[in-house]
Amino acid sequence: MSRLTELFNKQNERVLNVYCTAGFPLLDSTLKVMQSLQNSGTNIIELGMPYSDPLADGEVIQSSGNVAIANGMTIETLFSQLEKMRDSIHIPVVLMGYMNPILQYGFEAFCKKAKQVGVDGLILPDLPLYEFENIYGSTIKANGLDFVFLVTPETPAERLKKLDSLSTGFLYAVSSSATTGKDKDFSKVALYLQKLKSMNLKNPVLVGFGIKDKETFDAVCAYSNGAIIGSAYINALSKGNDVAQITEIFLKSVLN
Amino acid sequence: MHSFNSGFDYQNPNFEGYYGEYGGAYIPEMLYGNVETLKSQYLEIMQDPAFQSEFYALLKDYVGRPTPLFYAERLSKEIGTNIYLKREDLCHTGAHKINNTIGQILLAQRLGKKKIIAETGAGQHGVATATVCALKGMECVVYMGEKDIERQAPNVARMKMLGAKVVPATSGSKTLKDATNEAIRAWINEPNETHYIIGSVVGPHPYPDMVARFQSVISDEMRKQLKEKTGTELPTHVVACVGGGSNAAGAFYHFLNEPTVVLVAVEAAGHGVHSGMSAATTQLGTTGILHGSKSILMQTPDGQVVEPHSISAGLDYPGIGPLHAFLYESKRGTFMSATDQEALDWAFHLSEIEGIIPALETAHAFAVLSKLNCKPTDVVVVCLSGRGDKDLATYMNVMDLKK
Repeated sequence: MSRLTELFNKQNERVLNVYCTAGFPLLDSTLKVMQSLQNSGTNIIELGMPYSDPLADGEVIQSSGNVAIANGMTIETLFSQLEKMRDSIHIPVVLMGYMNPILQYGFEAFCKKAKQVGVDGLILPDLPLYEFENIYGSTIKANGLDFVFLVTPETPAERLKKLDSLSTGFLYAVSSSATTGKDKDFSKVALYLQKLKSMNLKNPVLVGFGIKDKETFDAVCAYSNGAIIGSAYINALSKGNDVAQITEIFLKSVLN
Repeated sequence: MHSFNSGFDYQNPNFEGYYGEYGGAYIPEMLYGNVETLKSQYLEIMQDPAFQSEFYALLKDYVGRPTPLFYAERLSKEIGTNIYLKREDLCHTGAHKINNTIGQILLAQRLGKKKIIAETGAGQHGVATATVCALKGMECVVYMGEKDIERQAPNVARMKMLGAKVVPATSGSKTLKDATNEAIRAWINEPNETHYIIGSVVGPHPYPDMVARFQSVISDEMRKQLKEKTGTELPTHVVACVGGGSNAAGAFYHFLNEPTVVLVAVEAAGHGVHSGMSAATTQLGTTGILHGSKSILMQTPDGQVVEPHSISAGLDYPGIGPLHAFLYESKRGTFMSATDQEALDWAFHLSEIEGIIPALETAHAFAVLSKLNCKPTDVVVVCLSGRGDKDLATYMNVMDLKK
């Protein structure tokens, strides 16, 4: 059983997934950030691999990626940093990134290496369903990695069922069709999440985009299995040097 | 339908938008609805007789088509062959870009969209988009790199005068690539009411094919005009500059499946192909994914997109449309390049010997003519994609230096 499935078997509500950018704020802070997230009560770590042109992300995450790229972060460097990850990190880790850097590394080599260092799953927002089914999905599955599709309020019901059936681990519900880091009208989000809940999906649902504090976390947790926080945490990290302390204070403010 | 050696039909990508291995639609789920709607409707809408008659009426009465095919006598003599200029610079707004924006605004209306967004490099596509939005009474927001806003000030002023909002793209190299990122993001943030008019044959399927089809009016007219002037529809060479590749796609389109016609694409070499300051994508690039399609792009070994350089904002792009990537790989296209200096020299030379001031982008195409080893009987068509008014500040600097 995958670490993600195991987690959701034990805990099916208020699951908190926090996004961080590999190599941000410093090249070597990746593991330190992950450890701090784990120590402060995060259930899943979504580790972003920086890309120069991240279409699905907003300004905050793009800026952190630019810093990481300038710091020298590459997929190869990341894997060397993650080599001993499982000595200290016990919660599920999902890699998030864009197709181009992975293709340059080699897609199959990437999946193999990810599995070897103890990564549990992948979120690749610009890998479309068609390519997943025809080319890449089998490689991901063959290497025992979970794959998480995104769904949005505009995703038609039939397609949603298909994306759910192909996803393993969890399903990533985008709170509205928007890039990360934008404010949302939560009454509309609630209606959407209620609809999702009524569909009896195979996967647990985590809600992302626009979740930034206790209020928004609580609001979406009422209708889902949990949420993903990204830009708000990166913002917090940008504002100081003590990663452990910032992370602790930030997560306390969300969870308590 | 004619066919090239392999029998491949270069005009039509497959159902998922692939030309060979290039193309596709690598987009986040947030754009799925919009792109799927376009994909399922664009051909039907474009082939609808009512759409066609409105499109061609506007091209004729508003854009001023057909544009002339002009025999450049002094240039022909100098190069030692027969050179015809397809005068896209005489289109309303000063470049070929409006062929596509007229088509897409009519399409957007039929899709019930209320607002238009666009990216622009040199500002020609931005002006052409602002123009058709004014014509049709639609809201218009144009994303433009901060660096391009500085070097293309007249076009920024034109867009504003036409009622468009110009939003500076401040990330990355602050040029066309970054403006495209911002436009795609804006589309993700308000997908329902907005249509994104991409200005080149790039982006997710169906954009490359759709834009190529709208621009194909260029080669459609060329064939008829060549028949009239030379007695045969087929030239020996068609030459066009390539950034993303829209004027080249339009100029090549109706010759793609005519194997005798040599299709010459001229990329911007900047300070020189291997100077580290270049935008010659096919020479420097490798297969990758940018702005929603798989193509050839300039990138580091780790897959980060490289910031290109060209003196011309319109060619300052690290990628190339998937059709062109396929023309390059299959060798159906001949890819050459011209430096900043060669482009500048030719902008002045063409002005002096033919009385036509070309855009800096267009000037690149002329720099390869003497390298084609043309015979005196050959017929070479150069796509004169845009006029040089927008580049006057650059040209004036050169003249000051010569004093």
